[in-house]
Amino acid sequence: MTAVFRHEIRLLFSGLTGYVYGAFSLFFVAVYMMYYNLSAAYANFEFALAGASFAFIITIPILTMRIIAEEKKQKTDQLLYSLPISTTQIVMGKFLAVFVTSIIPMCFVVFYPLILANYGNLYLPTAFGAMFGYVMTAAALMAMGIFISSVTESQPMAAGICFAAMLLNYYMVTLAEYATSSAYGSLIALIVIEVIIALLIQHMTRNSVLSQGVAIVAVIATAGTYIYNSDWFVGLFPKILENISVYERFYEFVDGIFDYTHVVYFISVIAFFLFLTVQSLEKRRYN
Amino acid sequence: MIEVKHLTKFYGDHKAVDDISFTVRDGTVCGFLGPNGAGKSTTMNIMTGCLSATEGTITIGGYDIFENPIEAKKCIGYLPEQPPLYFEETPREYLRFVAEAKKIPREKIREEIDRIMEETQLTAVADRLIKNLSKGYKQRVGIAQTLLGNPKVIILDEPTVGLDPIQVVEIRDLIKSLGEKHTVILSSHILSEVQNMCDEILIISKGKLIAYDTAENLEKMMQPRTSIEVLTDADEEESKAVLSSVEGIEKLEFSEGEQGLLKILIDTAPENEFAVRKVLSRRFAAVDRAVLKMDVVKANLEEIFIELTSPEETPENQENEEEKVQ
Repeated sequence: MTAVFRHEIRLLFSGLTGYVYGAFSLFFVAVYMMYYNLSAAYANFEFALAGASFAFIITIPILTMRIIAEEKKQKTDQLLYSLPISTTQIVMGKFLAVFVTSIIPMCFVVFYPLILANYGNLYLPTAFGAMFGYVMTAAALMAMGIFISSVTESQPMAAGICFAAMLLNYYMVTLAEYATSSAYGSLIALIVIEVIIALLIQHMTRNSVLSQGVAIVAVIATAGTYIYNSDWFVGLFPKILENISVYERFYEFVDGIFDYTHVVYFISVIAFFLFLTVQSLEKRRYN
Repeated sequence: MIEVKHLTKFYGDHKAVDDISFTVRDGTVCGFLGPNGAGKSTTMNIMTGCLSATEGTITIGGYDIFENPIEAKKCIGYLPEQPPLYFEETPREYLRFVAEAKKIPREKIREEIDRIMEETQLTAVADRLIKNLSKGYKQRVGIAQTLLGNPKVIILDEPTVGLDPIQVVEIRDLIKSLGEKHTVILSSHILSEVQNMCDEILIISKGKLIAYDTAENLEKMMQPRTSIEVLTDADEEESKAVLSSVEGIEKLEFSEGEQGLLKILIDTAPENEFAVRKVLSRRFAAVDRAVLKMDVVKANLEEIFIELTSPEETPENQENEEEKVQ
């Protein structure tokens, strides 16, 4: 794992990727800090982080698009498969490398609230709590980005899908407000999501029996539940969107709440997507 | 030692490898020979843990590649068809990564890399970016990578494809020298290459193993008869009369040769060839007929290869070869 980690770090910083990510992150934090803290004079550094978290939509795809897609394209994945390291170690090494890359700009940002505190009454625990949330959010989104990079061979495609996924994550809560809260609306939305998941399974496993089976079981179960008691579906879809939103958890850190369940949530999201990445790589050996 | 037993691999409905079994002894250079799409790369990918098998077992150095992949992979150095190189790195950086991944002790890495770069003649380009190297050097970097950690088995998939003739000779020499210390398995669809470099040859066609022997044995096995081609001014009747008194002739075939002369193809056992040639030239002379040409036609490996593999080669195979690399 350390070999993959060191190698990835070298690749990230021998090209521009690591630097571009760092520059973008620092730039966005600085812009929002200027706006909220220096110009509007809020004594809350967490607002700057909340604003800067918008940049993940751009920075995460930059960081993760290459990570596995390029290995597949250049056929260097064959080297990784033939080396005496497990797929889990490969994925963990890669994740840690991007995670560390995302931490580097934060080493500078960590001084911002300390500097600002000299000029006003900044409540530092919230600022650092939000910073922790910011790092965890980035990590969760990066795990998603790595997974997306593992399902395609093309970097632009990985970047595009990752961008769309980040955008969806960012606007999920806003979307939830607009999403229909009627029971029927929720039913349709859930069925659409189930079909999308089945298509993803189809893409990953090329096993149409499995994907169709999953789709049929899920749709029947959802429809059955709806017929049994449609009241459960009232407002269900917006609620689901809010609950799975990575950003929603981060905003609670921004609001000054340090909830351990959110930390568990972030770690679960990371573990889930890294697990999917391992499966996606393993699948290549079984196609 | 490498032991492959009943190896079968399906890509969807297509059987890419069909119940292949063979054993490669330590210290041999073994060549996989077969037309494109025969299943050579698939077999190699499975042997190195890059692909799963549908059925069958593979043990390398006593470790099963499926049950105990980490230990088995420690015994292998693998160069796939397309060298798996990171173009943005220098050979030294690249080899360092592979050395670390192969868990070579940190204090030995530098020494090991220097030794291998010396062996593969990479020292001069050690600090240039791989993307700026020539194809031959890229191939050398790929081979250097397989040698790190001194694995018992080196597996090379079409190591000379796409190189210019001088580079081909250089890489062949390099592989020959590897054969002195390692068990080497290489694949090729070029016969002369396999004939030159390998102690043993394994012919694969359409996923099946059709022959596994030394080059000489394969030649003997396939064509125990030698043909003598004779061009004479005698007619068919005269020739038949002359040849009836020659011993050791097994089959005769008459046809029209150049300038209206008679061409005779005489099949005989290899050990009788010399005697037959001597006697028949004398006999033709005795009836005042000239022998204008006498040629010995021996089957070479090329013919054996074509004979063994051609009826089974179909365009479908070629497509599958492409699919397989996906």
